[in-house]
Amino acid sequence: MLNIKNLHVSINGKGILKGIDLSVGKGEVHAIMGPNGSGKSTLSNVLIGHPGYEVTKGRIIFNGKNLLELSPEDRSREGLFLSFQYPVEIPGVSMVSFMRAAINEHRKYRGLEPISATGFLKLMREKQAFVELDSKLTGRSVNEGFSGGEKKRNEIFQMAMLEPTLAILDETDSGLDIDALRIVAAGVNKLRTSYNSMIVITHYQRLLDYLKPDVVHVLYNGKIIKTAGPELALELEAKGYDWIKEETGE
Amino acid sequence: METEQQYIDLFSSYESLIAEHSSDLMNKHRPEAFACFKRLGFPAMKSEDYACTDVAKAFSPNFGLNINRIDIPVNPYDVFRCNVPHLSSALYFTINDSFYDKQQAEETLPSGVFIGSLREFTNKYPHIAERYYGQSASSCENGIIALNTMLAQDGFTVYVPEGVAVDIPIQLIHINRNDVDTMSNRRTLVIMEPRSQAKLLVCTHSVDPVRFISNEVIEIFAGEGAHFDYYDLEESSEDTTRFTTLYAVQEAFSNLSLNGVTLNNGLSRNNYNVILNGECAESNLSGLSILDGRQQVDTFVRVTHAAPRCNSNELFKNVLNGRSTAIFQGKVLVKEGAYKTAAAQVNRNLCSTPEARVYGKPQLEIYADDVKCSHGMTTGQLDENVLFYLQSRGIPRSEARTLLSIAFTADVLDNIRIDGLKDRLHTLIQKRFRGELVHCAGCGAN
Repeated sequence: MLNIKNLHVSINGKGILKGIDLSVGKGEVHAIMGPNGSGKSTLSNVLIGHPGYEVTKGRIIFNGKNLLELSPEDRSREGLFLSFQYPVEIPGVSMVSFMRAAINEHRKYRGLEPISATGFLKLMREKQAFVELDSKLTGRSVNEGFSGGEKKRNEIFQMAMLEPTLAILDETDSGLDIDALRIVAAGVNKLRTSYNSMIVITHYQRLLDYLKPDVVHVLYNGKIIKTAGPELALELEAKGYDWIKEETGE
Repeated sequence: METEQQYIDLFSSYESLIAEHSSDLMNKHRPEAFACFKRLGFPAMKSEDYACTDVAKAFSPNFGLNINRIDIPVNPYDVFRCNVPHLSSALYFTINDSFYDKQQAEETLPSGVFIGSLREFTNKYPHIAERYYGQSASSCENGIIALNTMLAQDGFTVYVPEGVAVDIPIQLIHINRNDVDTMSNRRTLVIMEPRSQAKLLVCTHSVDPVRFISNEVIEIFAGEGAHFDYYDLEESSEDTTRFTTLYAVQEAFSNLSLNGVTLNNGLSRNNYNVILNGECAESNLSGLSILDGRQQVDTFVRVTHAAPRCNSNELFKNVLNGRSTAIFQGKVLVKEGAYKTAAAQVNRNLCSTPEARVYGKPQLEIYADDVKCSHGMTTGQLDENVLFYLQSRGIPRSEARTLLSIAFTADVLDNIRIDGLKDRLHTLIQKRFRGELVHCAGCGAN
């Protein structure tokens, strides 16, 4: 599904990622953990094609395509999705027109006709239920006046609408209370199938309790310094990062 | 004074002919207007209020005037089939500055209401008309008003007697139509007696590829407790120049909503003067222009709070592309004794190209205590983070720009209180941003 080889990335000439190798297979859930400033968000931004980052070396193959050659919109249509850490507010653009535009662009890419009005509303209702998103919120402008938790839920709602093959959740758990976390995690779990994959970026074990990753990576100083099974996350929660830094000599 | 001289000569030569095709009341105002025009001329570019619009240059071409009131061979119902969906209106036309009286609106209006030719109204009801015509838009104010008063021969009138509500929107369509460069002197008089209600939608369209200039003076009088909505939709051409001077005088508890939308134009200067004369009057003014090429919209708003407890709200927005220019000058004057005034003024501009220019000048002059006045102005580009967010969901950048530009205009449209018009404008604005409204499409042609 996703194959990252020796990825080097810089911002304004400053190296942030210094040789990332990562393979995510079909149906797998990978967690990426690591201290602040280690490059986790840079990795997710590079994957979805944010223009502020320069890839200086390496390649990324996504579903057989050279991801780095695709525009951000094409990456989305190819099945990539990022749940943003800080979703933006878009006053004046209703959730309905935003989602309809996005769905229809995805359909056009696959050679399908635009979705019918009734079909679209049915889809909205169905997916809203996934994350228990109040229909009052989908009647508003995108994220306008949403609480932090509502914004995160709205990200997962969009993920449900677009059905990506690879979803990246960038600190989706930050700013969520316990109930909201449970609802969001349950929503994400409902979207899990044997053919789609996820990369979960987080600082905490609590989201992973729900999502049960197959693999856990530790990103530090622009490199993946340790990869192990789900037990690694528990160990990090208990002991912090210092022992790995020592172990790997970083 | 060269430009002025051609109009001075024109008036001197044709004064009697102008008068012959007009009314006594309108003629009565001409000598003073002529004297004022000779004295004032056009506002100079060095004057503070006209720093960005060269008035004399705009009036300098040799435009033809239809002083003889010759019929321009056109049936407006053919040229222009307005079908704003869900908007059934009482429909009227002017061809250049002649009121079209061949085929009148069929809708029955409440008794006592007069809607139609200004010439006819001033002839039939001079005792009413004389109390209002030329009373707020004074010729000695500036040369543009003076020129209109000198040359206007007819116009449009809405008169609604005390306590009467006209439920159906009134629609006036100005058609610029001729084979030669043409000047129109348009005049509109709206008299809303106490507790009356009406809504007027004015659309301007240029049909022919010649140069048009229109000099328009609109006087609105809203009596105590009257409600009046004025919507102005401009969809003309790059070769069309328009000077609009609007005066609205509001008595106590009256409510005025004024909304100007420019979808296509050449050069437009809109002067809005609102005088809140009676306690607890409210005025909501908004405007939206979508500009590209070398189009220019110069908006000048002066709101005078002359009585206590009045509210005024201004929201003016411009979206600029190409080498277009937008100017916003807004002055709020709170006179002595106008305590408990609440006045808000907002001007926001979206500059999509580096060559587009915005000039803004908000001004507050306050001579009363216990007032609440605010003003804000912003000019900027679309937010890159927001564009990227939309792209990351599969929406192409160009479409994302369109969506966000449309979103920028949303709150101006929210002020429109005719539902059919709001929907129609929404559609037209979408088309405009998608480049599907290159030429004047009429507010309903397809």
